[in-house]
Amino acid sequence: MIFIWAFLVAGLMCAVAQIILDNTKFTPGHITTLFTVLGAILAFFGIYDKLIEFAGGGATTIISNFGYLLYTGALEGYKEMGILGIFTGLLTKGSAAIVGAVVFAAIMALIFKPKD
Amino acid sequence: MNREEYQKLVKKHEPKENKLENTIYSFLIGGSIGFLVEGIIQVIMNIFTIGRIEAGTWACLIVIFVSSLFTALGFFDDWMSKAKAGLLLPTTGFAHSVSSSALDYKREGLITGLGSNFFKLAGSVILYGILSAFVLVIVKVIIGG
Repeated sequence: MIFIWAFLVAGLMCAVAQIILDNTKFTPGHITTLFTVLGAILAFFGIYDKLIEFAGGGATTIISNFGYLLYTGALEGYKEMGILGIFTGLLTKGSAAIVGAVVFAAIMALIFKPKD
Repeated sequence: MNREEYQKLVKKHEPKENKLENTIYSFLIGGSIGFLVEGIIQVIMNIFTIGRIEAGTWACLIVIFVSSLFTALGFFDDWMSKAKAGLLLPTTGFAHSVSSSALDYKREGLITGLGSNFFKLAGSVILYGILSAFVLVIVKVIIGG
């Protein structure tokens, strides 16, 4: 069942993004930024937790999950260390995605030549 | 030719994109990626007997690695333009934006090219993600006590 929800949730998010992309002047950059902020907002209202619960990988693979991770990291940091924890905790959970993207992109850039 | 006629002419020659087709494409491709990632998570959980969160992070790293590699090999750009939002919105889009700017600006030097342009496309996601998360947590702290 989780597979069906994973398909539906990820698919619907992408379909909504495509509809926005086709009918407005937004660029792909606008869309990814919009959905990241949306993820943080959904996390704020406790909706994204539930979405991950029933859609699993379908929800965690969408860029909104990055906003969710930043929000929950900051909130957990606050619970541990107060205001300082917001600063130290914000990037903890989102770290894997950023470090992964940086390291792999750097390796690829050093090994491969750009296609013209 | 007045303004309205010109607008009509522009409209006539604009490339026509089938919006319904685009949306269905995005739905199917995005959905397949969600399905696939869930599959990867299940496989990792079962093979290495680790929790869901660790398995999810591994799956995310695998997706990032694969999309960086495909971008470097040169065919991911075509996929991106065909799949549209279906590949843009998942982690693949984020990894693609970082690795494609890394590849494109490499020739301008390691510092002024690669270094300065690395987050050219992904920067706004990180910036506004951090800002919105920060503000929302402050709001949560104020209303939640």
